[in-house]
Amino acid sequence: MNHDNQQIANKYLTFVLATEEYAVDILRVQEIKGWNKVTPIPNTPDYICGVINLRGTIVPIIDLRLRFGLERLEYGVMTVVVVVRVVAMTGKERIMGVVVDAVSDVYDVTESEIKSPPDFGSVISIEFIKGLASVGEKMVIVLDIDKLLNSNELAIVEQVA
Amino acid sequence: MTINMAEVQALFFEESFENLDLMESGLLDFDVGAVNKELVNSIFRAAHSIKGGAGIFKFQQVITFAHTVEALLDEMRNDEHVITQSIIDLLLRSVDVLRMMLSALQEGAAHDNDEAHACLVEVRGILKTPLQEMPIEEGMTTSTPATNTSNVTVKTTPQIKNWYINFKPLPHLLQTGNEPINLFRELSNLGTLQVTVDVSQVPPLATLDTQVCYLSWQLQLQSNEKVTQAEINEIFEWVEDDCELTITTESEDTTVEETVPSVEEVVKEVDETIAPIEETTVTFDDELVDTAIVEDEPVTITKTDVAKTESVPVLEKQTANKPNVAKKSSKSTKNEESLHTHGSNESTSIRVGIDKVDALINIVGELVITQSMLDQVGEHFDPSRITQLRDGLAQLERNTRELQESVMRIRMLPISYSFNRFPRLVHDLCTQLGKKVELKLSGEHTELDKTVLEKMSDPLVHLVRNALDHGVEIPEQRRAAGKDETGLLHLHAFHQGSNIVIQIKDDGAGIDLEKIREKAIQQHLINREDSFSDEQLQELVFHPGLSTAVQVSDLSGRGVGMDVVRRNIRSLGGTIDIKSKRGQGTTFSIRLPLTLAILDGQLVRVGDHIYILSLLSIIESLRVNPKFVNSMAGRAEVYKLREEYIPVLRLYNLFEIEPGTTRLDEGLLVIVEGDGQKIGLFVDELLSQQQIVIKNLDTNYRQVQGVSGATILGDGSVALILDVAGLVKLFHHHKPKVIMSTALPA
Repeated sequence: MNHDNQQIANKYLTFVLATEEYAVDILRVQEIKGWNKVTPIPNTPDYICGVINLRGTIVPIIDLRLRFGLERLEYGVMTVVVVVRVVAMTGKERIMGVVVDAVSDVYDVTESEIKSPPDFGSVISIEFIKGLASVGEKMVIVLDIDKLLNSNELAIVEQVA
Repeated sequence: MTINMAEVQALFFEESFENLDLMESGLLDFDVGAVNKELVNSIFRAAHSIKGGAGIFKFQQVITFAHTVEALLDEMRNDEHVITQSIIDLLLRSVDVLRMMLSALQEGAAHDNDEAHACLVEVRGILKTPLQEMPIEEGMTTSTPATNTSNVTVKTTPQIKNWYINFKPLPHLLQTGNEPINLFRELSNLGTLQVTVDVSQVPPLATLDTQVCYLSWQLQLQSNEKVTQAEINEIFEWVEDDCELTITTESEDTTVEETVPSVEEVVKEVDETIAPIEETTVTFDDELVDTAIVEDEPVTITKTDVAKTESVPVLEKQTANKPNVAKKSSKSTKNEESLHTHGSNESTSIRVGIDKVDALINIVGELVITQSMLDQVGEHFDPSRITQLRDGLAQLERNTRELQESVMRIRMLPISYSFNRFPRLVHDLCTQLGKKVELKLSGEHTELDKTVLEKMSDPLVHLVRNALDHGVEIPEQRRAAGKDETGLLHLHAFHQGSNIVIQIKDDGAGIDLEKIREKAIQQHLINREDSFSDEQLQELVFHPGLSTAVQVSDLSGRGVGMDVVRRNIRSLGGTIDIKSKRGQGTTFSIRLPLTLAILDGQLVRVGDHIYILSLLSIIESLRVNPKFVNSMAGRAEVYKLREEYIPVLRLYNLFEIEPGTTRLDEGLLVIVEGDGQKIGLFVDELLSQQQIVIKNLDTNYRQVQGVSGATILGDGSVALILDVAGLVKLFHHHKPKVIMSTALPA
């Protein structure tokens, strides 16, 4: 890896799920909004809450708690939806909203500070984790949202016969 | 005002491609043996426009080529040729060469010189009167090639014709974009030209309007005997309406060898005469005004002539006729996103009938009136004016709907845009394959969305090729099978509900299912032991990698086509069906949505959820009479509607949502049709009907079976649009246990 790149600090937005703190690249975050009623999509896994109207575009909402197999939390006025840009392998860009418990903070993290995670102990599969970063005393889990939000049910499928 | 040359050039290319299409379709309409003057004329005009346009940008090769083709057409017009298939083929080839040249120029690439050259030589070969001033060499200039020498010695042929042309432009000539110098230059190609300018009409500088043409010219042209009046008239063709023009002629029977000023010099002279006018006060030399008109047989060109023969047909052709909106226009760079998904080369401009635009303007006018009316109501509002407000809102709704429809109509194009290329394709393929096929087109006026139309072009071409290559047999085989030697290929388009259906039907050999089966087994797509229905085997045609052609030709047979065809059609929300009978032919039916953007929707409610059904898929809605509900094998329910048994689909079951009621007699049964099957959708109630703007789910998510898209309702919430065909499929695969458990009343 290029030495220079390791020194450039990227800003990460962190949010809380249960007791864990997760981080996503802030440049991928389009906006943060409150919870609104969603329109459910039939025959989808429970972590796909449904779709909302975001200024004229239809945007799917994903509950990260359910995606990670955590206990469901009732949605309320405090529920936060982080709207992110997701890039698929094909280069297609999509906008999605993820439901999280609360937004926490914005941290500067350099590439070199992100350590690869040990392969256990996390509620989610390691492939969605870019690494672990320590900020002060805390440890945050840096998510690879492109992988996470293009997996399983969310993958772009070429319609086949 | 600066003129963006790139823009003008783009316009030229677009128009030229249209003209080429025009020429092509004209040529294909030719009957061997008979000369249709009007047809030749229209082809001639198209060629001429291309030449003229190319002249502006100095595309010499195009000019030379177009000129040669024109010469041939001119001879055809004068009955000097019997129209044979070979001439038509040659002209078609010429059209291809021109198209190739133009697209090469457009992309700045090099084109195939050999083919152009060969074609040019061939056209020259059959000309009755050889073209003199144009040697075959590529890149030859048409104007007198003397720029440095001020005087050229011109050796005139024994027979000299003197033309005296009196050219007096109307004052607005310059404003119409015509430039006399260009005309003179053109004239000078026909012989030696002397230009005398008459400046007597030029007013004093103080009152001089730079936009007005005050000058008139006397021209004396010495040409050889071959030059005809028509050629000179042709040069003035574009300015005839804007000038007074007299052309007279006299012949001299002497050999002259004399030194005359070259055209450039004459032009320079003219330039110099004009230039001072724009500066300060000038005195004009009266001697310049030379009135040497020899009246031999004066010809005055009247306006009506022009209007009848030239302008009107051209206009009609351009607005009403087919011109295929430039297929080869550049990829749009502005839409970066779309490049990711589709890098196809769709045209970025659209030709819209003036009636459609007028309608749009009318509606906008009405909208403005409605707006001001509402404005008035709002300004001094009191409850007594509530009726007025209601009226206003109703009017606004009507205006909006009309506006929407008109705008949509702009995007609609008749399918003939796509069909028109097929006569040529079929013609060429038949020649290549040694088959005889009659192409029948019907329903070309069926309109569909431009995007759909463009994306359909390639699949259609593929299907037509397939039909010719695999479908229709060679004449001997057809005779042996007791069929007419000439095969029939029928392209048919028609509306069906909210869909447009395009059928490609041939009366050829049909699909050999045994062969497909063998091939599929060979390629391990299926097992030998498995039994398949005919439909399932036919389905395999769409499987990538499967082709039944014995030999791979350059036309088809590589097996890459059909799956791509189907994928393209599916991406447009359409379906393709295949019906084939051994020995009798194959029919492909493509079903496409009319437009991708808007539909008339019926809102239905199930529990808390609102869904939308396309109004056109609904046959009827009814209250359930429990007497007519039967169950089949204890799992499925059918409803007896008149003489039909219709399966009942409980939407809440399928979607696993909380229903308002599970008792059939408390809700409504909406009878819908999808994919040829009728089903009864059980919903809680019907809500309003409204126009729905379709939003794609797969923009940010993915396609969902049974759901064709989503829309945003008046309150800002999202409602899903149901896809009846998808629901039917979903219904068939649905596990029966759910139906059992909820069949009981709650």
